[in-house]
Amino acid sequence: MPKLNELTIAQAHEGLKKKEFSSQELTKACVDRIYEVDEKVNAFLTVTEKEALAQANVVDKKIKAGVVPGLLEGIPVAIKDVILVKGVKCTASSKILENYIATYDATVIKKLKQAGAVILGKTNNDEFAMGSSGENSAYKITRNPHDLDRVPGGSSAGSAASVAAHECIYSLGSDTGGSIRQPAALCGVVGLKPTYGSVSRYGLIAMSSGLDVIGPFTKSVEDARIVFEAIKGKDPMDATTVECPSPDLASARSPSPTRGEGESRQFPSPQGRGQGEGTLRGMRVGVPKEYFIDGMDNETEKTVRQGIAQLEKLGAEIIEISLPYSPYALAVYYVLQPAEASANLARFDGIRYGHSVLRPSPDLAFAQSPSPSGRGEGEGLYGVYAKSRAEGFGDEPKRRIMIGTYVLSAGYADAYYKKAQAVRTLVKRDFDDAFTKVDCIATPTSPTPAWLIGERMTDPLSMYLADIFTVSANIAGIPGISVPCGKAHGLPVGLQILAPQLGEDILFRVTGAYEMTVSHNS
Amino acid sequence: MALTKEEVLHIAKLARLELKDEEVEKFRTQLSQILEYVGQLQNVDTAGVEPISQITGLQNVMREDRVEGCDPDTRDLMLEQFPKRKGDLLETLGVFE
Repeated sequence: MPKLNELTIAQAHEGLKKKEFSSQELTKACVDRIYEVDEKVNAFLTVTEKEALAQANVVDKKIKAGVVPGLLEGIPVAIKDVILVKGVKCTASSKILENYIATYDATVIKKLKQAGAVILGKTNNDEFAMGSSGENSAYKITRNPHDLDRVPGGSSAGSAASVAAHECIYSLGSDTGGSIRQPAALCGVVGLKPTYGSVSRYGLIAMSSGLDVIGPFTKSVEDARIVFEAIKGKDPMDATTVECPSPDLASARSPSPTRGEGESRQFPSPQGRGQGEGTLRGMRVGVPKEYFIDGMDNETEKTVRQGIAQLEKLGAEIIEISLPYSPYALAVYYVLQPAEASANLARFDGIRYGHSVLRPSPDLAFAQSPSPSGRGEGEGLYGVYAKSRAEGFGDEPKRRIMIGTYVLSAGYADAYYKKAQAVRTLVKRDFDDAFTKVDCIATPTSPTPAWLIGERMTDPLSMYLADIFTVSANIAGIPGISVPCGKAHGLPVGLQILAPQLGEDILFRVTGAYEMTVSHNS
Repeated sequence: MALTKEEVLHIAKLARLELKDEEVEKFRTQLSQILEYVGQLQNVDTAGVEPISQITGLQNVMREDRVEGCDPDTRDLMLEQFPKRKGDLLETLGVFE
């Protein structure tokens, strides 16, 4: 019997239902684990132990009274610190929100609370979710539980590391260019980036509104499905949300509305068959040649190819495909993302909340008064904006705000922003074409396993290249999942599966079947 | 696509970010590298290609314009976060001085 904090959601739910242990015991096991390892892992920024145990107590009373708990009821979860939990500090790992207390629950939090979830605390990330290693946090550097000298990936660094280190049963993160899948791969856990618009972002601190999506980190594919089912759905508070097919309907319909074929494909369900060979018969898996690039780590490539071979063994048909515009996806991303981020981060202006030179702060030495900067333009309201932002933002948000401002500025918007939006169309068309030939696409999640802390911090562009295999899904708005597929250099490697918009069900089928036949030692 | 020092200062001004002198050169180098990288988009022929701004194709999503209000605790929590206040009013510097 594994320790309580090491259980999956499904296992913990069984245990609670059978009264083998209480939610308070389960929660205590996670909290104890946080006390034991988080000094080294640095996954958490805030631990809400008291509130968590109180939530667990409520669930325990219900179970004691004979109520059968729901799937997520009484199960401890960690939340990336860009998602608002009412009454709890939410910093986005930035100094500019150092003392910000969330004034409302994000829709995903509202849904989790209604489902009876136990919220353990808030996890560290790259500042405003900008980064691929977790090192851009203004507070601490999260470490990879598999090797403490290495990065956990990012930006949802703490959400990935906390699941890998069994400090929680699952967690939520956000994915704008790979911020769930990439750290999931580097930490050896499952990470799901749902279809754009399938999960409400109301209460997610916005980075890039045309790309951001919230999703789970879990210890199994089944768990990822459970969390996705709980948080998905249309929300009047997020106008970009779309209606999602229910899981049963999804299996009987064409995998994607963008597929353009009337044909409806039935895939054998993993439950309905013997595990193993033949489970994926009829499933066509595309392998894009552009995703096996020069300069990619050899051992990582080998491990991913073995994972794809395993899919073939399960009965899937492996088809080589081409996504000719994918080499441009990262450049599209680094125009659109900073552009949207520069607009979204304009709200941090030192006027209404967050760090402000109007509010004397003992932590920041030169924040005592809005005095002139000496550059002649620091006075008055402009000075409040420019100084509050200069003091509050770290280097990465500053870089992206400036890039975004530049590509949106007069004379450059057509050459950069409009151009990137047009290439976005071509990247999406690539996928639309591919999904007329295949049901899903298999790729590496990251070109390398976890790298050493500090290795890429002086060269922002080399850090950006870490997202090269994950950004396309955000550009095309399609869902992607990363599942552990073995190790390279003793470190976890992720296999990424991509499906058409709203094709989450396909992801769960393929990776669920895969996971059942592969044993991972972590 | 190398930016000049003046361009960096102009961008920073538009972005409402005060830069320290030593930051200007650092960002000038880094931003130039990033702009050079994204400059490869100019090699793509996009003649006749419609730009995408909404990836799932939603259009004109409407909702009722209705005041929801909030409970007194939430209200206090919001007021407490004002950097500067006079009673329940947000205090800041004048736009025109």
